[in-house]
Amino acid sequence: MSADAPADAPHAAHGAPHTPVFVGQARAELDELGKRYPTKRALLLPALWMVQHARGWISEEAMAEVAEVLELTPAYVKGVVSFYTMYHQHPVGKHFIQVCTTSPCAVCGAEDVRDAFLRHTGCEALGVTSADGKYTVIEVECLGACGFATPVMINEDFLESVTPEKVPDILAGLK
Amino acid sequence: MGYPHKPHDREMPVLSKYFGDAGAISLDGWKQRGGYAALRKALGMAPTEITAIVKESGLRGRGGAGFPTGVKWSFMKLDDGKPHYLCCNADESEPGTFKDREIMRWTPHALIEGCAIGAYAIGAETCYVYIRGEFTEPIARMEAALREAYAAGILGPNAMGSGKTVNVYVHRGAGAYICGEETALMNSIEGRRGNPRIKPPFPAVAGVFGMPTTINNVETLAAVPHILNNGADWYRKIGRADNPKSTGTKLFSVCGNVQRPGNYEVPLGFPFKDFLYDLCGGPLPGRRFKAIIPGGISVPIQTVDEAEASFMDYEGFVEHGTMLGSGGVIVIDDHQNLVKQIARAARFFAHESCAQCTQCREGTGWTTRILERIVAGDGTSEDLDTLLEIADNMTGKTICVLSDSCAVPVVTGIGKFRGDFEALIKTKATVMVPAVV
Ligand SMILES: Cc1cc2nc3c(=O)[nH]c(=O)nc-3n(C[C@H](O)[C@H](O)[C@H](O)COP(=O)(O)O)c2cc1C
Ligand code: SF4
Ligand code: FES
Repeated sequence: MSADAPADAPHAAHGAPHTPVFVGQARAELDELGKRYPTKRALLLPALWMVQHARGWISEEAMAEVAEVLELTPAYVKGVVSFYTMYHQHPVGKHFIQVCTTSPCAVCGAEDVRDAFLRHTGCEALGVTSADGKYTVIEVECLGACGFATPVMINEDFLESVTPEKVPDILAGLK
Repeated sequence: MGYPHKPHDREMPVLSKYFGDAGAISLDGWKQRGGYAALRKALGMAPTEITAIVKESGLRGRGGAGFPTGVKWSFMKLDDGKPHYLCCNADESEPGTFKDREIMRWTPHALIEGCAIGAYAIGAETCYVYIRGEFTEPIARMEAALREAYAAGILGPNAMGSGKTVNVYVHRGAGAYICGEETALMNSIEGRRGNPRIKPPFPAVAGVFGMPTTINNVETLAAVPHILNNGADWYRKIGRADNPKSTGTKLFSVCGNVQRPGNYEVPLGFPFKDFLYDLCGGPLPGRRFKAIIPGGISVPIQTVDEAEASFMDYEGFVEHGTMLGSGGVIVIDDHQNLVKQIARAARFFAHESCAQCTQCREGTGWTTRILERIVAGDGTSEDLDTLLEIADNMTGKTICVLSDSCAVPVVTGIGKFRGDFEALIKTKATVMVPAVV
């Protein structure tokens, strides 16, 4: 699997042996990015994005690899990973669905959109992946598209003006 | 994707002129529309001349605080022999605000041009555009535009043949409202947790990588090419004749319970009443406005009377109990439970607190729990005083103003809509509360 594999590439399972991400082309890409910054540490966020694109989530082993490549400690890397909400520290469903429910969207009915996603995906609760491993639904704070309520992100795709009625078709259209 | 509305006659589209015009996205299209003339001009000027023009124009920061941009640029000591940096703040996470996203989606080269001019003016060879991680489409458009600009020699070691080095890079965030705070943003670029730093030192002295740094919002930088093209005088004359402190046009993002949400660009000082009813179409059928938050969720809530009396500029909003902030207008109507929405706003701040200050970490959590208890019908008559006391402890005591921002809707909500809180407490009415994640 290459570093630029789509975010919805099959996820590496929990506990599966870690195959290094930063070899070959991915390593070259990271080194190229390095020219943009005066320190190695500044490559941490870009490197973590590359891991997540390649593996779907960021395991402890992957954090250790990133730490080694950037000359940081694994604990430091974990501290950064855990700060940012978009980095997954556990595998998530193949379709990771984020529904904005912050006040500006909430006044336009965002909670109904959230509930429709839960109902139609069969997810038991927010943050709990469906039994078939296909879906995880979470609430997200303001997606910066409040005039197009309700915005929803599915993996890297950004949908606008989602209503509960549109949810079944959206799910049917996911590959 | 849902853009755009046709500009209303009373809008003044400068930055938004090409929103919805797919032809403006590419380099060729941008050049056909006059793009990069301002950068070419700038690269032939002395940096101090550019800063003087920006100062003269009266341009103020569009990211929230409204600090005069030319003055900020003049803090950068051009002869200190250190590398300088420009950071463009494209974190756009303030609930209610979605203007920078449209600038990047439709006119990525406009922003690149503004960044390049700004970098040159402050003596920086590098500008990082920090874009929130969720903005996948704006990131893709910016990356594509940057590839074009480098390929055409507009950026790089000999920008537009000037012999000067100007680099612009995208740095992708990863989900954290607090990274919009300027020092947290710098930490995030450096590969650290996004904790705001204690000031001083201020960024102009020690910013990203410890070097002198200027941070400007997307909309601020995108306005700069227009100022260079049309002159400081032209810009300074846009606005209320009797308020020289607020100049130029401003993008307002409108959302919530209103007929026509979207982005509107008007001269600063536009009457807010006309804006709400004429441009935005007024309330939804059969409903009435109840409360307006005109500058993103961090600014004080206005009553409808206050809103209708306001002029839309820095001073005009302050005169009527609030602030211009980021220009994110949130409209709440009489079908909403205002207390529930304030509770939801508090939960936003509790979720986004970086947790390094006790008052903020604990205060945002307690505020949320008490408000949710009131919404659930379990409030007591002491709760409002407790909320105000917590709010007082959260104000003016922390490293950054996220803590203060959480207190603002609580204090102004209780101050201006106390009856709504009391009704919930007295009747113990039960409202559906969303499941807490
Ligand atoms: C909690 C917090 C969040 C902020 N978020 C943003 C943001 O998303 N975008 C932005 O431009 N400014 C944001 N700001 C303001 C920045 O710190 C900074 O003042 C601004 O980017 C300066 O640019 P300007 O002078 O062009 O307005 C935020 C401030 C705070 C305290
Ligand atoms: S006020 Fe809150 S968000 Fe700001 S630095 Fe302190 S804990 Fe972090
Ligand atoms: S509140 Fe939902 S996108 Fe801003």
